[in-house]
Amino acid sequence: MRLGILGTLSLALMLISQVALAETVRIGFVTTLTGGAGAIGNDMRDAVELALDHLGRKMGDSDVKMFYEDDTFKPAVGKQKTEKLVKKDKVHFVTGYIWSHVLMASRNSAVGKGPFMITSNAGPGAVAGKLCHEDFFSTSWQNDQTTMAMGEVLNQLGIKNLYIMAPNYSAGKSMVIGVSRTFKGKIIGKDMTKFPAQLDFSAELAKIRAAKPDAVFVFYPGKHGLQFFKQYSQAGLKDEIPLYSAFTVDSLSLPRLKDLALGSLMTQFWAPDLDNAANKRFVADYRKKTGRYPTFYAAQSYDTIMLINSAVTAVGGDLSNKDGMRNAMRKANFPSIRGPFKYGNNHFPIQNFYLRKVVKDAEGNYTTSIVKTVYTNHQDPYAKDCKMSW
Amino acid sequence: MNLSPRIFIITVLMICLGAVPLIADGIDEPFYTVLFSRMLILSIGAVSLNLILGFGGMVSFGHAVYLGIGSYVVGIGTFHAVEDGVDWMANGFIHMAIAVAVSALAGLIIGAISLRTRGVYFIMITLAFAQMFYFVAVGNEKYGGDDGLSLYMRSDFAGLIDLSIDNSLYYLNFAFLLLSLYLCHRLTNSRFGMTLRGTKSNEQRMESIGFPVFRYRLVAFVIAGAICGLAGVLSANQTDFVSPAVMHWTRSGDLIIMVVLGGLGTLFGPVIGAVAFLLLEEFLSGITEYWQLFFGPMLVLVVIFARGGIDGMLVGLDRWWQNYFLKKKAEEN
Amino acid sequence: MNWILLLEQTLNGFQFGILLFLLAAGLTLIFGIMDLINLAHGSLYMMGAYFAATFTEWTDSFLLGALLALPACMLFGVILERIALKTLYTRSHLDQVLATFGLILFFNEFVRLIWGPIGLDIPLPELLSGSVELFFGIRYPAFRLVIIAVGILVAFLLYLLVSKTRIGMLIRAGASNRQMVSALGVNINLLYTIVFGLGAALAGLAGMMAAPIMTVEIGMGEGILIITFVVIVIGGVGSIKGAFVAALIVGFIDTVGRSFLPDILGLFVSNDVADTAAPAISSMLIYILMALILAIKPQGLFPPKGT
Repeated sequence: MRLGILGTLSLALMLISQVALAETVRIGFVTTLTGGAGAIGNDMRDAVELALDHLGRKMGDSDVKMFYEDDTFKPAVGKQKTEKLVKKDKVHFVTGYIWSHVLMASRNSAVGKGPFMITSNAGPGAVAGKLCHEDFFSTSWQNDQTTMAMGEVLNQLGIKNLYIMAPNYSAGKSMVIGVSRTFKGKIIGKDMTKFPAQLDFSAELAKIRAAKPDAVFVFYPGKHGLQFFKQYSQAGLKDEIPLYSAFTVDSLSLPRLKDLALGSLMTQFWAPDLDNAANKRFVADYRKKTGRYPTFYAAQSYDTIMLINSAVTAVGGDLSNKDGMRNAMRKANFPSIRGPFKYGNNHFPIQNFYLRKVVKDAEGNYTTSIVKTVYTNHQDPYAKDCKMSW
Repeated sequence: MNLSPRIFIITVLMICLGAVPLIADGIDEPFYTVLFSRMLILSIGAVSLNLILGFGGMVSFGHAVYLGIGSYVVGIGTFHAVEDGVDWMANGFIHMAIAVAVSALAGLIIGAISLRTRGVYFIMITLAFAQMFYFVAVGNEKYGGDDGLSLYMRSDFAGLIDLSIDNSLYYLNFAFLLLSLYLCHRLTNSRFGMTLRGTKSNEQRMESIGFPVFRYRLVAFVIAGAICGLAGVLSANQTDFVSPAVMHWTRSGDLIIMVVLGGLGTLFGPVIGAVAFLLLEEFLSGITEYWQLFFGPMLVLVVIFARGGIDGMLVGLDRWWQNYFLKKKAEEN
Repeated sequence: MNWILLLEQTLNGFQFGILLFLLAAGLTLIFGIMDLINLAHGSLYMMGAYFAATFTEWTDSFLLGALLALPACMLFGVILERIALKTLYTRSHLDQVLATFGLILFFNEFVRLIWGPIGLDIPLPELLSGSVELFFGIRYPAFRLVIIAVGILVAFLLYLLVSKTRIGMLIRAGASNRQMVSALGVNINLLYTIVFGLGAALAGLAGMMAAPIMTVEIGMGEGILIITFVVIVIGGVGSIKGAFVAALIVGFIDTVGRSFLPDILGLFVSNDVADTAAPAISSMLIYILMALILAIKPQGLFPPKGT
């Protein structure tokens, strides 16, 4: 009897010490949860939770605690929240980040201050080039890449005169630079609109009509994309001038755009119908959980958690072993929704880019499907400015 | 018996503010130093706004402009110091001098034009100027435009204070808050301050007695701008980041809310207001994502029922306290 | 110079101006008569859009949806006035700004709670969703033409209401001398409620007109609210005529500035600088205009007489 109690006690003690050994992994996730762009943040959060479900809410033996923070679409607020995550919640990883300007503002509060910083969407040139850092990773792409792929597509389509529109903030500028890098024709018009304030594009659409380009290329993330497509069609331009886009049509806007976007072409590193086991499981379970197709934001967020998991399990839950975790992440040794990929010296993925088209699936839902591969194992142009090598 | 609960509470608040870094280090939560540091800076901004809003009755809806000017002085200065190696542009004393000078000049121009108008026209024209400065910052590609500018160093005070240590910055902020309170106290109790208060309650009378009301107001406007410009310098150092958002019209609105919440036209009201505002924001947003659902109506209730703000409530507390003692005394007799 | 483009941009500016007028008319009336600065006017605009979206979904018709949303907005405005704003009439402008700012925060979260964070869409009937060919081969979105038509109609009805009816007479009297009206034994509370309801309906109408072009979403009224204030201040507070003229001026300047400034600036500075600076400068134009006008005429273009 006595022995029994003692035995139970010592077993309990052993268990407690085991738990104490495996420190809880604290992950900060800075995204936009309120306002017009709040839907994107919600989508990302759903994907993170799904990833954790797939992992059994544990990374190896360690428990996981998520800290979601709302940047309210403002760089200053994002920075403040990042600082709080690092200083107050003492997170091991600070991730999320939809917007390039929010990421740029927040970077200095995280990089070099202890935690790893992993962007789940934004990919401004600076952090891929001159400002690359051993503690900074990306599970998305560098901003220029997707539109560089679009430039190639436009060349192949024989487009000679192009009109470009994008919002006037850091990602918008990168996207324009990206397409100008590869597009061989002439850019006959360009409008950079105020972001996020400007939602009525009537003046710009009138200019497009007057300029008569062969094609229009736009980058309008989130709700702006939805409105641009609507107004483009209302202005009667939809049947006159073909419209190409990047990051403008996503699974959040498609159910609202419906036929307005059907057949629309875009470039991207991923699509819901990309054929690999990890992606199939992710898309199927995400749809089961939320009833929607996942956005690319969601896909990248899912990968963020999987990347962290690969790092934590590689060091057996010893979160003080940062070198070990860094080396593990550099291997990109996890089942990514984009299929196997490698990290470049700047910790940005070297990956494929595809041409996608808006289609209806068997049940009549609007989604996107891959038309062809534009780039195979493409590395961003800023990697050469990054002094880091390993 | 002569102890006033109001003075007691304000004294405790100021002492607590002074002890924040010690407490934060003690409980190993240095984040609170950062949070309260922000309160101190906004307090300075609110104190300066109170000078014209509370004492002078000028509802400026563009006061955040000076925060922006001060911030951009630091942002642009350190940008050139880091990028081009121009050492003197990192100097904190120079930052402060330029920020004060530019803010005062901006105040002079804005004031000279705006003060010709009254009422809602004044509110709107100060807003218009704030928007102009805002869009100048947005359109300035070199210094980050809409995206803002990350600071890669803080103002350099020639080894006197090392601002990269958060606690040093905190005490610098605290010192400037005390300084601005002292200045405000001296100013409002001087002949100048009395006249200014007079113009608030009855402009025509002051004019007919022979006071040049316009000039008095303009001077107050310029002083308030200059003080707030200093707060901008501190703010940039605090956040290591400068963007047009610091002078967005909602920021100006926040400053007004702080002043009114704390107590219009009282010395410590703006400090109380700023602390209460940021604590509420931190506290409510920690509880629920829908925190504005509660904050909004709270604001309405404060405006409708608590005239005089929190300081007004404290005055009420004082009165209750005195009555209580009078009654007690009467009973004893 | 491309004349067709200029003409089309003029139409765009006119359309934006009309939208601004719908908002400004209500705001300037409320301001002129009750002396109330109502920042929550933008929330009424938002509510109009949400009501229209919901009713359109129920009835499957934008026209029916809009017709139902209009009285709903008016009712909403009347309730708001009775519950919250009535107590603010006697307060200082500062108190009004703060309290109605609090209302904005509340309504934004309220809408999020009820309609969710994502926002809604109003599908247009087939007839209005495309563009039509006007004179000189100008193609113009059909629905934007509808906005212009509705706006002009409303402006005309307002003119009739204000200049030909008894209520209009009281409104005019109230805008120029408040004490006088109440001294005449008019039921001033009722007049206030009617005016507020009217203003709310106009703001709601603006919201439902804007909704199919843009999307229905939280906070949609805030950006446009500030511009509306600029409009009524330029026009002279309390003056409907002023609001109309100023709305058209502001709409025109905003659109034309956005359209032609990048090219004009490009003549003087490098293209990259112009690309960034142009949107900022064009946004600044209306504020510069307002400051200029107030510097010359401190009470706006059409100050109501007798104040």
